[in-house]
Amino acid sequence: MTTSGTAEAVQATAGDPTRFPLVLGLDTFGDVTHDEDDRPLSHAQTIRNLVEQGFLADQVGVDFFGIGEHHTDDFPLSAADVVLGAIAGRTTRIHLGSAVTVLSSDDPVRVFQRYSTLNAISGGRAEVILGRGSSIDSFPLFGYDLADYEDLFEEKTHLFAELLKGKPVTWQGKTRASLYDQDVVPHTESGPFPAWIGVGGSPQSVIRAAHYGFSLMLAIIGGNPARFAPFSQLFQQALASFGQPPLPVGVHSPGHVAATDEQAREEFWPHYLQVIRHVSKTRGFAIPTNESFHREIGPHGALYVGSPETVARKIAANLPALGATRFDLKYGMGGLPHQALMTNIELYGTQVIPRVRELLA
Amino acid sequence: MTRGAWSPLRLPRLAVLGAGHVGPVIARVAIAAGYRVSIAASGDPEQIALITRVLAPGAKPRWAADAVEDADIVVLAIPLHRFAALDPALVADKLVVDTMNYWPPIDGVQEMFEDRRYGSSEIVADRLPRSTVVKSLNHTGYHELEDERRPVGSPDRRALGVAGDDPGAVDAVADVIERIGYDTVRLDSLRAGRLLEPDGPVFGASLHRTDFERALHAEAA
Repeated sequence: MTTSGTAEAVQATAGDPTRFPLVLGLDTFGDVTHDEDDRPLSHAQTIRNLVEQGFLADQVGVDFFGIGEHHTDDFPLSAADVVLGAIAGRTTRIHLGSAVTVLSSDDPVRVFQRYSTLNAISGGRAEVILGRGSSIDSFPLFGYDLADYEDLFEEKTHLFAELLKGKPVTWQGKTRASLYDQDVVPHTESGPFPAWIGVGGSPQSVIRAAHYGFSLMLAIIGGNPARFAPFSQLFQQALASFGQPPLPVGVHSPGHVAATDEQAREEFWPHYLQVIRHVSKTRGFAIPTNESFHREIGPHGALYVGSPETVARKIAANLPALGATRFDLKYGMGGLPHQALMTNIELYGTQVIPRVRELLA
Repeated sequence: MTRGAWSPLRLPRLAVLGAGHVGPVIARVAIAAGYRVSIAASGDPEQIALITRVLAPGAKPRWAADAVEDADIVVLAIPLHRFAALDPALVADKLVVDTMNYWPPIDGVQEMFEDRRYGSSEIVADRLPRSTVVKSLNHTGYHELEDERRPVGSPDRRALGVAGDDPGAVDAVADVIERIGYDTVRLDSLRAGRLLEPDGPVFGASLHRTDFERALHAEAA
């Protein structure tokens, strides 16, 4: 192998931000919200509130609303597609999807069926983001071994790509029953719905997304976003090498929008600290300090916390740098009240989104 | 073994085994520090050619056996659950840097590493009896490894731990880490290197050398 010519090749094929429409969405993990006395709401109420949040997101002009599958007391969103179906029934415009579907511990046939059903209910507004997420609660729950993660994901991604084509599927593998010329319903009305692979740092996952013709969603939840730029280049080069057409790159990052920078920080920080402290043992996150938090919310960090102007500027700066045309803000943090999330959604839709569009026009 | 056999006049050659989250980052920072680096996954180098070209330009993708044969230092950057499948003969007579961690909540339970009397690198060393194992680069995030490099003498230069039973090997690896852009704190055994593991006092922490040493001593006391 030689490396001469690499720089030109990267230049020539890096994602052209003008090639795809700008998409600005919201993601949630359905973190349990608290009432005005800081007591956790029930799972049922959290889920009903989530439907309201999705409805509001549609009203204020958000392009996409995604729900990340989790299976814990803090994140009781194990059946995201059902919640998305409820939102679909009350909306006409917003796209709805998973963020992410933990495909490795699910059955690709069922995932296709559920999201194809959502696509029918919503009139073609369903999307899927496949991935692992940073939590692994679904593996023991459904009887999968984490050591098999890569094989499970590879096989199931392949099957899912076949299912999306919409024709009878013939497939063989080790991780589920084989299929022979199997018609899987419901059929979609107008071809495959959009499918993405969420990537947190694995170059093989980037290559896999390109291989199967899925779009790439970069999950940037800590550290300097700029370090993901090579992944975007890797994706576009891999697409070209597999003979796939160019596909969009998106960014998913956590944050919180409030009227002022100070208010956003004060609302977000205590809950962020508590949540990360809680999950640090099992997920290996370092416990944040005041210093690390300020680094993360600054221009070279991964958190989008602040006033609409601050958040909009950061999104507008990072998308072109990452060769990306889509940004999904993961809003909410366990313990924040529902009302703060509603305000976040409203500000994101009415102020952040128009401002980002203006800055990137 | 002949770990000190390379000439002091040239930098050791590195082979990075693993082209996942961690391997390309280590290759990239090593190349920036002036090292000759080859990188290998479990199979055909053609399969990692694109990853290497984009993420670690200048590194040479090779078959693992070829990469190891020409290397003075082999950096093991594979997921721990793949370690059981690694043929110890592949890295025999080599200085091996173990960057891996045993982390059951994320990687699942690995029987081989369940004996808590031993650190994961002690178990790795036991499985690689003909290699000299040094533990390092395991306690920093792969995404931080590039961002947090600083030149010698920078007030915010961070320290990384280097642990091993063979002082010459520890010195050789510490020299690489220092050239990459970190101070080093040396621990004189793999056993002591358990302090660098997940849940230990320096895991995931960005510390200057004095604070790093203090954290280790406080825990060891």
